Amino acid sequence: MAKVPVQFTLNGSEKAEFVDSGTALLNALRDKIGDTSPKGGCHQGTCGACSVIIDGELRLSCLTLAETCNGAAIITTAGLAEAGVLHPLQRAFLDAFATQCGFCTPGMIMAAKVLLDRTPNPSRQDVVEALSGNICRCTGYEPIIQAVLTAARTNSQNAA
Amino acid sequence: MELRKNYFADVRKDGLHEIGQPRPRLDSPGHVTGRTTYFADRNFPGMLHLKMVRSPHHHARIRSIDTSEAEKHPGVVKVLTARDVPHNVYTILILIQIGPEDETVLADGKVRWKGEAVVAVLAETERAAQEAAAKVKVDYEVLPAVFDMEEALKPGAPLVNEYHGQNYYLYDSGECRKVRFGDVEAGFAQADHILEQSYQSSPIEHAPTETTGCVVTPEGNDRFTCYTNTQAMFFTLDNTSIILQMPGSKLHFVGGTVGGGFGGKVDVIVEPIAILGAKLTGRPVCFIYSREEEMQISSPRAAEKIVVKDGVMKDGRIVARKVTGYTDAGAYSRHSPYGAQKGAAHYPGPYTIPNVWIDTYCVYTNRTPSSAMRGFGVTIGDFALEVQMDKLARLIGLDPLEFRFINAYRDGDTKAHRQPTEGAALIECMQEASRAANWPVAEKYMAMSSYRKGA
Ligand code: FES
Ligand code: FES
Repeated sequence: MAKVPVQFTLNGSEKAEFVDSGTALLNALRDKIGDTSPKGGCHQGTCGACSVIIDGELRLSCLTLAETCNGAAIITTAGLAEAGVLHPLQRAFLDAFATQCGFCTPGMIMAAKVLLDRTPNPSRQDVVEALSGNICRCTGYEPIIQAVLTAARTNSQNAA
Repeated sequence: MELRKNYFADVRKDGLHEIGQPRPRLDSPGHVTGRTTYFADRNFPGMLHLKMVRSPHHHARIRSIDTSEAEKHPGVVKVLTARDVPHNVYTILILIQIGPEDETVLADGKVRWKGEAVVAVLAETERAAQEAAAKVKVDYEVLPAVFDMEEALKPGAPLVNEYHGQNYYLYDSGECRKVRFGDVEAGFAQADHILEQSYQSSPIEHAPTETTGCVVTPEGNDRFTCYTNTQAMFFTLDNTSIILQMPGSKLHFVGGTVGGGFGGKVDVIVEPIAILGAKLTGRPVCFIYSREEEMQISSPRAAEKIVVKDGVMKDGRIVARKVTGYTDAGAYSRHSPYGAQKGAAHYPGPYTIPNVWIDTYCVYTNRTPSSAMRGFGVTIGDFALEVQMDKLARLIGLDPLEFRFINAYRDGDTKAHRQPTEGAALIECMQEASRAANWPVAEKYMAMSSYRKGA
């Protein structure tokens, strides 16, 4: 199978890999680069567990070809904490009991981050819509929604 | 959360340090940073991918299996059939002496449900394994199948599982689990009203976000490490040891992190065959259900049918209850004989009824084997019983909650299994619930207590 080179930054550091043509970004990140924070729940674009941020957009890494990410800036949940200090979203998920098995959590946090980057003071409805592509089978959505709203409040207090 | 200390003040212990205290989950820092390691986050150099060839038929005899084309497919390393499995016929509950062994790891001679594993293909890539699996030729002679429990119990129905010899699980109490208490017919004879209703449910899939699977690596000393998302670590270890005829000391299971299970990951399905693959190839193996397999192949909650007949007095007392329960095990037992048995224990409900008669059947059909799921064997039963309670209350013109107060079991009552009731607290829960829901009940019920008879 033809190997293609791809180069992008992942959570700020340069990555270069040869991947089989047609490899999903999810598999490239997990199997080649070793960032297993995006999870594969369905591999068909319906669960959101594999969500990552590519050039500021929320993307499903199971449906994104690695070879189309040349030159992109990719962010995953593994890169969110800075110098060991949790991002307000991570703190809020932790405090609000918004994770049980944790399998959906990285995808949820990515979706929530894109929302808060664009809409610092979201309404509950904004949060519900932003998370609508992410399935959680354990926690129930209410603690997750509350965590995102709490993180938004913390952010705006910090900004004030 | 408010802790009510006025209840059971004489028996409570208040020197507790954990109950009522919020504690962070130990694993959540890993969850929010994406660092928690699930089984599929392990990747070993040279890892092979396992794909199953599955039965397209509900019930069929296997005339022949031809794996020659699949073996020639580029990237294929090994193809496994029933012959390769040391102890191919097993049953999970044999560990607690619930037999007979009735399920094949890989089908041998016959398939009993659509989706049953027939041949395992191990290849360098997932894609090669998939393509090769499509090249395995299985010659089937399709047999008549049965999908309905009552049909399966009729004489002359197709026999689903030869290891049982009939389409129901044979308990030591006979063709069903039985509870007999008082004289149910005398109870019905004395009742002012009799209500018989039947309730039925469909199978329910757990749909965990992480699909079922495992990653196995040979340790080079004839020992195997299996990273798995099983919810039943020791059942899996011990059953694998039986299936592979290997001492448990050769098997090292690593688990504990499960991406959602809800009971759907207690069966021993993926690990034995993946370990066998690693043993026969000397290479790491991963076997992960696709989402499609998870939804179609993994065992659901059993379909159930429950027929409830109650005799009730005008004053609200239930004087007789007769229940026949059917649990659809699908083609194999897995945990279903136990589920059906739990139903037998549960159908009297949390009520004191002087005359009870219960039969529960665990029935085999040519459907996907069902198994554990959150409260299996009792959850659907509770639905049926509580709907029945509402109907009974309506029938005699009582408030449904007051009707439950009249029948609620209280400490000291003898249950249908001849166990005295202890620590019931049902009355107190209903009192709190009626307050919380703003559902007024008469003062005499608010004055009742579970632990002081006559109060
Ligand atoms: S794995 Fe990508 S959406 Fe489910
Ligand atoms: S916490 Fe398990 S899927 Fe969301």
